Amino acid sequence: MAGVKTRTSDSQERSWNLSSLPNYVVLIILVVFALVPLYQLGINSFKTRAQIGLDPFGLPEEWLVSNFTEAWERGKYATTLPNSVILTAATIFFVLIFAGMAGFALARLRLRGADYISFYFLVGTAVPPQFYMVPLFILWRTLGMINTFHGLIIIYVAQFSPFSTYLLRSYMVSIPQEFVDAARIDGASNWQVFHKVIMPLSWPGFLTAGLVVGLGVWNEFLFAQTFLPRPEFKTIVTSLYAFQQRDGREWGLTNAGSVIMITPVIILFLALQRRFIEGLTQGGLKA
Amino acid sequence: MAATQGTIQPGAVSLGGGSRRRELGRWLFILPVVLLNLVVIVGPAFFGVYIAFTDWSGVGSMNFVGLENFGRLLQDQVFWKALRNNLVWTAIFLVVPIVLGLLGAYMLTGIRRGQMFMRVAFFVPYVLPSVVTTHIWRYLMHPRVGLGQWLSDNFGIDFLDKAWLGSRDTALYGIAFMDNWHFWGFPLVLLLAAMSAVDVELYEVARLDGASRFQQFRHVTLPSIRPTLVFLLLMIAIWSALVFDYIFLTTGGGPANASEVMGTHLYTTAFERFQTGYAATIGLVMVLWVALVVGGFVYLRKRGWEI
Repeated sequence: MAGVKTRTSDSQERSWNLSSLPNYVVLIILVVFALVPLYQLGINSFKTRAQIGLDPFGLPEEWLVSNFTEAWERGKYATTLPNSVILTAATIFFVLIFAGMAGFALARLRLRGADYISFYFLVGTAVPPQFYMVPLFILWRTLGMINTFHGLIIIYVAQFSPFSTYLLRSYMVSIPQEFVDAARIDGASNWQVFHKVIMPLSWPGFLTAGLVVGLGVWNEFLFAQTFLPRPEFKTIVTSLYAFQQRDGREWGLTNAGSVIMITPVIILFLALQRRFIEGLTQGGLKA
Repeated sequence: MAATQGTIQPGAVSLGGGSRRRELGRWLFILPVVLLNLVVIVGPAFFGVYIAFTDWSGVGSMNFVGLENFGRLLQDQVFWKALRNNLVWTAIFLVVPIVLGLLGAYMLTGIRRGQMFMRVAFFVPYVLPSVVTTHIWRYLMHPRVGLGQWLSDNFGIDFLDKAWLGSRDTALYGIAFMDNWHFWGFPLVLLLAAMSAVDVELYEVARLDGASRFQQFRHVTLPSIRPTLVFLLLMIAIWSALVFDYIFLTTGGGPANASEVMGTHLYTTAFERFQTGYAATIGLVMVLWVALVVGGFVYLRKRGWEI
C-alpha cells in the first residue's frame, strides 16, 4: 500500500489526545471479555477444589503444582502427547511436500486444465466433513485403518492440502521469473527448480502453512474422536475430553489438563503471531 | 485461474515433440494432492450420495429404498428442530461476531498505543481448541460454581445465575455465546486489515463536510470494507450449517434435543444408532444448504452485485 496513508498512521501523526479515550474504554472492556475467561482457566489450575468454590477469581492461597502432575497422570499425557506430536508433525510434513508441489505446478508450470483443478479443490473443501466422514469411516474400517496413525494422517493431509496449496501458490507466484529462468538455463528439471529455487525462496509461505496446519491438527476433535477411539491412540484433545467427562467436578485438575495442552499453542502463537494471523485469515479455516 | 491465463499461450507454442511426456511430468506434481482428495473426500462423498438412498446400517446388506429416507426426514421432529437451530445459529453468527468485530476494529483504528497488544489479545481465544473453550465456559456458566454464582454471592446480581446449558430455553444460546467468544477475533482481525487499507483522504473529506464519527463509519468505512464483510458473511453462512464441536462437547444436543443441530443429529444417527443410510440423508441436506449458500453468492455476483 505504498503511497496510501492509512488511518492508523494518520492517528500516529497526531499526538495523544482525549478524543481517543472512548476508544480505550470500549477496547478495554473487550480485552477483559477476551482474557478473563483465560485468566480464570490459568489461575484455577493452581487451586484446590475448595478454594475454587469459595473464590473463583482470586489468586491461589497456595500454588498447587500437584494439580499438574495429577492431571498429567489422569489425562494420560505420557501417551497422548506423543500421539498428538506424531499426528501433527507427520501431517505438516506431508502437507508441505504435497501442497508445495501442487502449488508449484499451479503457479509455475503451464498445466492445461489448471482451472479445473482449482475448481475441484474448491468443491472438495466445500463438502461438509460430516457428510463424507460416514462413508470414509466405512471405507477405512474395510481397509483396517481405524485406530492407526497413518489412517488419520492420510485424512488430515487430504483435508489440509487444498488450503495450503492456495497459500503456497500465492507465495510462489510472486517469486521473480528471473530466478526460475536462470535455473532453467543451467539445465534444471522441474523438480530441481521446485526444490532448489522455489522452496527456499518461498519459505515464509511454508512456515505460515505449517503453523496453520499444525494448529488445526493439534486442536482437531471430530475426526480424532471418530477414527482413533482406542485409549492408546487417543490424542491430547480426545483424552482431555474423556478426562473432563470422568472428573467433571475436579475443576482444578481439568483446568490444569487444559493448560498443559494450550501452553505450547499460546507460546508459539505469541512468538509468531503475525504469521499465524496471516495464515489463519487467508485460509478461511475454522479452527 | 489468473496464473494460467497469462502463461498458457507461450507454453503451447514452444512445446515440441516430447510435449505430451513433459505435460505428464508436470501433472505428477499435482497428482498426490488430487489422489488424496479423491480417496478421502470426493470418492466417499459420491458414495455418500448413493448411501442416502439405501437402508444400510454400515454392515451387511444394502437395499435401495428410493426416497424412503427423505420421507422419514419430513417426519423427523428432531431433524426439524436441528434445522431450525442451524438457522438460529446462522442468524446469531451473521450478526454478533460481525458487530463485535466491526466495533473492535473501528475502535482499534482510532488509537495509537496498545493496538498490537489488543489485536493479539482479541485473537488468542481463536487459537484455542474447542475442547478447552467449552471447558472454560462450562465452568463459568455452571449454576453452582460459575460466574453467575459468584456475582450472586458477592454482589447480589442474580439474573446470570442460571443453569444456562441445562435449560431447554437457553442451551443453544449459551453454546452460541461460547463459540462466539472463541470466534469474534477472527472477523475483527480481517476487518481491521481492511479498515487500515482505507485511504485516509476519504476521512478528511468527510470531516471537512462535518461528518460525525458514526457518519464517517457509515459512509466511508463500511463501503470501503464491503468485500471483506461479504467474504466473512459467506464463510459464516457455510460454517453455521456445519457446526458440531461446541454442541457435541457441551450438551450433545440436549436437553431433550433443545440444542440439536444437523451435525450432531447426523453423528448420533450414524455412530450411536448405526443408521448409516439415514445419516447420509441428513448429510445430503447439509451439502444442499452449503450449495445453496455458495450458489446464491455466485448468482448475486453474476447479477452485478459488487461482492
